[in-house]
Amino acid sequence: MEYKNTDEKLQTVKSSPDVVSHLVPNKEDCRTCENKSCQYVCPAGVYEWTDWDDRMLVKFENCLECGACRVACDKQSLVWKYPKAGYGITYKQG
Amino acid sequence: MTANKTDVIIVGAGVAGVAAGITLARAGKQVVIVERGSYAGAKNMFGGAIYDYPTKDIYPEFKEKAPIERVNKTHRYMITDDETAVTVSYNNEKSQTSYTVIRAKWDKWCVERAVELGAYYSPMTVVRELIVNDGKVVGIKTDEEEFFADIVILADGVNSTLAKQIGLRENLKDSEIAVGVKEVISLPKEIIEERFNLTDGSGCVTEIVGAPMKGITGLGFIYTNKNSVSIGLGVNIDELKKHKLTPNDLLNQLKEHPSIAPLIKGGELLEYSAHLIPEGGFNSIPKLYGDGVMVVGDAAMLVDNVHWEGTNIAMMSGMLAAQTAIEALEKNDFSAKMLSLYEKKFKETSFYKDMKTYKDVVKIVHDNSYSFLSFYPQKINEFFEMFTESGYIPKKSLYKRFIKNFVKKRNIKGLIKDVINFAKLFIGVLK
Ligand SMILES: Cc1cc2nc3c(=O)[nH]c(=O)nc-3n(C[C@H](O)[C@H](O)[C@H](O)COP(=O)(O)OP(=O)(O)OC[C@H]3O[C@@H](n4cnc5c(N)ncnc54)[C@H](O)[C@@H]3O)c2cc1C
Ligand code: SF4
Ligand code: SF4
Repeated sequence: MEYKNTDEKLQTVKSSPDVVSHLVPNKEDCRTCENKSCQYVCPAGVYEWTDWDDRMLVKFENCLECGACRVACDKQSLVWKYPKAGYGITYKQG
Repeated sequence: MTANKTDVIIVGAGVAGVAAGITLARAGKQVVIVERGSYAGAKNMFGGAIYDYPTKDIYPEFKEKAPIERVNKTHRYMITDDETAVTVSYNNEKSQTSYTVIRAKWDKWCVERAVELGAYYSPMTVVRELIVNDGKVVGIKTDEEEFFADIVILADGVNSTLAKQIGLRENLKDSEIAVGVKEVISLPKEIIEERFNLTDGSGCVTEIVGAPMKGITGLGFIYTNKNSVSIGLGVNIDELKKHKLTPNDLLNQLKEHPSIAPLIKGGELLEYSAHLIPEGGFNSIPKLYGDGVMVVGDAAMLVDNVHWEGTNIAMMSGMLAAQTAIEALEKNDFSAKMLSLYEKKFKETSFYKDMKTYKDVVKIVHDNSYSFLSFYPQKINEFFEMFTESGYIPKKSLYKRFIKNFVKKRNIKGLIKDVINFAKLFIGVLK
């Protein structure tokens, strides 16, 4: 089976997502953010700009907890935390 | 001694933290290792290979008892263009210095050794903050509780939110951090050994520069495990931002390269994963200590960014921090001055010296990414294309045409600049 997009690949990662997001972008900053770099650097496709809603959609349940978005955030305003104990990913093949 | 106070708390059961923990436990000190994953290794990913030195100093029995995948006896360097590749392969059947492991198994095995020696281990515990009293680190705060210790060792990896809290680290710069993605693809043992030309139990490490990361600071890799192949790449975050690329797209392209696709053909994806890599090298090393605290491994950006070796430096720094902690406990002195001994010890290691030797390499490559990572990889491949093809045009005119083209694409000024940069690299390394 040949997986290409991140959603397919993420099915192979064991994960137990929390109900609240551990990633909180600053709404106002995102609106005026020109590059929206979080969308490119994320290896899990967590960030998706929604034009109709004028906000950054955060599919935090897909997060691989790498930290790339925190480093990349153009406005350095993304609030980034590790998920609570017992939540998030569990790698078996890292 | 109160119920929630111990000699040393270590945050993170990665390779650095456990090396520190086992060293302290061996010396009979009270040590608590705190890990956010449900087991050690659950949140970790790397290429990967661990190395004989200093692993065997910390785990003398590792070659016989640890969960090792393969002993790496072949090393390949691939310079890729879009459709072609020039590969250099080195094989040494006697080599016993590099071993592929899977972190979920390796980290777990290591922490079990530390527990056997008396370390207290607390998985599934996220440290949110350090407790600081009068500028001195005295403990940790988790989601539920507070714990106190004479010394806290920060082994919390590349994202170290804790080193940042106490000002030992600034915000990470996007040019100093790469994001790595990896796929572990299952294949039968015999097929792996056939495709990579391996004897039973030996492994092959492949490093890849060029396409699909032409002109981008990044590196591809392939490691062989017992019954799977790990393929991945790391790219600097500023490059992804600049070129508006995603790491997953680059990995898909790497897997489709005509020289790479046959190696993983027919395999099934076992797991996709991602992790950051400190790429800043020597110039990004922070102060390694403060009052009551020391920083080790990736949390202190201690990665040899040319060879992508981090586990060995992490283990070494963990061990040296623990040795310093043992001396500090004996003298009952946990001041920054006392703990500065750790930094002094680290500066005497070959790892620190190597990081210093390579201090400008990645920067020079990064600043000249077009010539080093696009133009030359392409030209090397074109040279071999010309060299190996037979046709109606005499070779001599092909060579002439190649040289003419070479100079045309990269004018004399550009070539001189490259020569100077190559020279700078070598002088920098040999100085
Ligand atoms: C793609 C890639 C390929 C690599 N390839 C190689 C290679 O082949 N060979 C090599 O030698 N090195 C390689 N490295 C580098 C190597 O993996 C690291 O340098 C090494 O793992 C660093 O060890 P560490 O213990 O400092 O950090 P880590 O291994 O990251 O361990 C940190 C630990 O702390 C835990 N933690 C973090 N924060 C908290 C908190 N707040 N509370 C509780 N626990 C916490 C984490 O869960 C983790 O277990 C590679 C890295 C990457 C990303
Ligand atoms: S880069 Fe930062 S500010 Fe910009 S869109 Fe993403 S989260 Fe918002
Ligand atoms: S931490 Fe990594 S995987 Fe999670 S959202 Fe940020 S970039 Fe994506």
